[in-house]
Amino acid sequence: MEIFGLPIQALMSQLLLGLVNGSFYAMLSLGLAVIFGLLNVINFAHGTLYMLGAFLAWTGLNYLGIGYWWMLVLAPVVVGLFGVLIEKTMLRWLYKLDHLYGLLLTFGLTLMIEGLFRSVFGVSGQPYPVPDALDGVTNLGFMMLPNYRAWVVAASLVICFSTWFVIEKTRLGSSLRAGTENPKMVEAFGINVPLMVTATYGFGVALAAIAGVLAAPVIQVSPLMGSNVIIVVFAVVVIGGMGSILGSILTGLGLGVIEGLTRVFYPELSATVVFIVMAIVLIVRPAGLFGKEK
Amino acid sequence: MSSVQERPVAARIHEDVRAADEALSITSLHAWYGESHILHDVNLTVKRGEVVTLLGRNGAGRTTTLRAIMGLVGTRRGSIRIDGEETVSLPTYRIARRGVGYCPEERGIFSSLTTEENLLLPPVVSTKHGSMSLDEIYAMFPNLAERRHSQGTRLSGGEQQMLAVARILRTGARLLLLDEISEGLAPVIVQALARMITMLKARGYTIVMVEQNFRFAAPLADRFYVMEHGQIVESFAAAELDSKAQTLNELLSI
Amino acid sequence: MKKRWGYCLLLAAACVAPTVLYPVLLMKILCFALFACSFNLLVGYAGLLSFGHAAFFGAAGYVAGYALKSWGVSTEAGLALGTLAGALIGLVMGALAIRRQGIYFTMITLALAQMLYFVFLQAPFAGGEDGLQGIPRGRLFGLVDLSNDLVLYFVILAISVGAFALIMRTIHSPFGEVLCAIRENEPRAISLGYQVDRYKMLAFVLSAALSGLAGAMKAMVLGFETLTDAHWSMSGLVVLMTLVGGLGTLFGPIVGALIIVLLEDKLGDIGNWLASVTGVNWFGTLGDSVTIVTGFIFIVCVLALRKGIVGEILALFKRIETARQREKFPRRRSDHAHQ
Repeated sequence: MEIFGLPIQALMSQLLLGLVNGSFYAMLSLGLAVIFGLLNVINFAHGTLYMLGAFLAWTGLNYLGIGYWWMLVLAPVVVGLFGVLIEKTMLRWLYKLDHLYGLLLTFGLTLMIEGLFRSVFGVSGQPYPVPDALDGVTNLGFMMLPNYRAWVVAASLVICFSTWFVIEKTRLGSSLRAGTENPKMVEAFGINVPLMVTATYGFGVALAAIAGVLAAPVIQVSPLMGSNVIIVVFAVVVIGGMGSILGSILTGLGLGVIEGLTRVFYPELSATVVFIVMAIVLIVRPAGLFGKEK
Repeated sequence: MSSVQERPVAARIHEDVRAADEALSITSLHAWYGESHILHDVNLTVKRGEVVTLLGRNGAGRTTTLRAIMGLVGTRRGSIRIDGEETVSLPTYRIARRGVGYCPEERGIFSSLTTEENLLLPPVVSTKHGSMSLDEIYAMFPNLAERRHSQGTRLSGGEQQMLAVARILRTGARLLLLDEISEGLAPVIVQALARMITMLKARGYTIVMVEQNFRFAAPLADRFYVMEHGQIVESFAAAELDSKAQTLNELLSI
Repeated sequence: MKKRWGYCLLLAAACVAPTVLYPVLLMKILCFALFACSFNLLVGYAGLLSFGHAAFFGAAGYVAGYALKSWGVSTEAGLALGTLAGALIGLVMGALAIRRQGIYFTMITLALAQMLYFVFLQAPFAGGEDGLQGIPRGRLFGLVDLSNDLVLYFVILAISVGAFALIMRTIHSPFGEVLCAIRENEPRAISLGYQVDRYKMLAFVLSAALSGLAGAMKAMVLGFETLTDAHWSMSGLVVLMTLVGGLGTLFGPIVGALIIVLLEDKLGDIGNWLASVTGVNWFGTLGDSVTIVTGFIFIVCVLALRKGIVGEILALFKRIETARQREKFPRRRSDHAHQ
């Protein structure tokens, strides 16, 4: 069977891969948006911490005998704590300043961490095996579904929508939303806002780390994987805006799918299609797709 | 012309004894916004259950005083005791947890939250005297009950003001700092607010109000402080209001 | 009057500098100094942080390099083409980026520059991973042979000084003042009737064009052009130079460029020295880890040296001056104006 001159298997396979990438874009732009909302800082280091999550998984497997499932929990905790350290020692001095300083600091962190990893591991990617339970494919009739990729998409959707639920529908989330709007007022009610800020940063980067662990079996674990993805995530964030959680998730997924489809029909454009979409959105809808500008 | 409030030596000896019934005691307070020195040696006390009004022209430093109590200014130096405990070096959220509720001039309603979410947001900070439950609040402010699921931005000015005050009642705070709550509201609503303050006073709340609207504040307050250029320049009890009318006229140009 | 002497002194220093450092290194410093100054025009005066300036720098280098190598144009034509390329890309990028404010603007510039990077990665004329090699210096005005480094140095110096003068003139003009106003309070500027977008665009294109000139010069001086010049790390590097030197100061970017280029050049030596002094062998590899050092400097600057070197010096002078004024005219308490 063929659609647009392509066997349906190939099309569906690329679509799934697009969804996989889209899941990573969604999780990363979600973390970025949550951090930006409360801290007013664009966390350039987000990509690097995603890479850190993947490397922790790889290190865990190859040096400590800790498998995938444990690392799925352990990596975000470690990276989250690292994020707490960054926030408490460096970021918190910058809140009163122009938010470009937050970007510059996290940019510096990215350079340092990535440089360190590059000097130790080089630039080539390390392979990470798919965990046994998710190995293999399932025959769906119209296509062969790689189990691991299905898992990635499913897990990401669960994580993203749980985050959305907590932020939009719970009391904790309303503290966060109020804090995003007026942190001083929230503090005047007795809520420990500095703690909330630190925890939010830790949570945001933990999300990136989980994405990293999920990505490890799909993408080669390399020190460059962070910076390769972060700029695309920036474009995703420009397209979707950072004011809406749901917007970030949908935009990320959507762009992943568009990228996947482009890889099928116009492979030369696949690296830049997200940026082209960004340019189009800027011309047609300058405020972004879900524009709720700050 | 200006008589800065002085504390006689004898009174200072009795300070510890008096401290027990002082809800708020500010001594030699200086406050800065960045490099601007706004408050100069402010001294004031508020006894438990009192209603005190801060009068003065715009820019006199009244709002800054309230913000300084809450720790929302740049730098503070001096002494601010709440229920006898020193709070001048505490972060804002700890001060709030001592039982202080702050209602700022801009009301601070969270537009991304509904009325009910706004009310439920503040945690109960003090159960000593019991905070108001949601039902009690809706009973006191029936129009808020009607708008409980409306987005914060959709409320009228009067409703937002009610919500702002209702919020701090939920926390169990007993010391209320109210900044210009009558500003920009219709006379009917202002009357309702006056009734509310009277009722809160009857229940034993301590209130510090900053007010431009003299007609609103005068009948409610037990004592008045007048501020100018970041200092207290006058203080008198409600009973002395008539005799001070001339001085007030000069100071406030009303 | 003092300023004139200061400039003359600087110029004299620049003229004798080849006795201390190699002309090629000096020219590299000049190119980056111009790059940083034109970047500073945008961020320090207009308040627009662009993280995509490598696009102009790299594109101009490629265009000028290609023109000089494959079309054999004269030097000034090659540089002009490079500058034009920078300006055109700046026009397109600016038109898109200006549609959003603040941090979104920065992210857009970064994303668009990355797009251009991929174009150069894939475009055949750019030579992919190898880049353009063997770029000739051409003949200045078709006459002057520039193969002598020292001769080229003075040509580059002349062009750079001309470009700096242009930047200084722009900053001190009414146009520059409006840019500062926009940076400090955009809504106010709009309410005063200024067509803010036009000013931003003009600043952007000017900054892009001069960055292009810098890139074209560098390609010509060094004789090659690679993807590094169009990579986002190059955009970050020019931000660092400006930050280290002093955002929004006239000479800060020049100082910053000087420090960073020298640092990169000598990093291997510094690393070895550190290794011998501390006994930690890892320092020996410092020469390969420029990014780690760059990142570290970034962090230190943002946390501790926000005004940059020149900025801190200027602030120090100001403090001394204010203290001197206070001695002459002590203020009485009642004179304080309160808000």
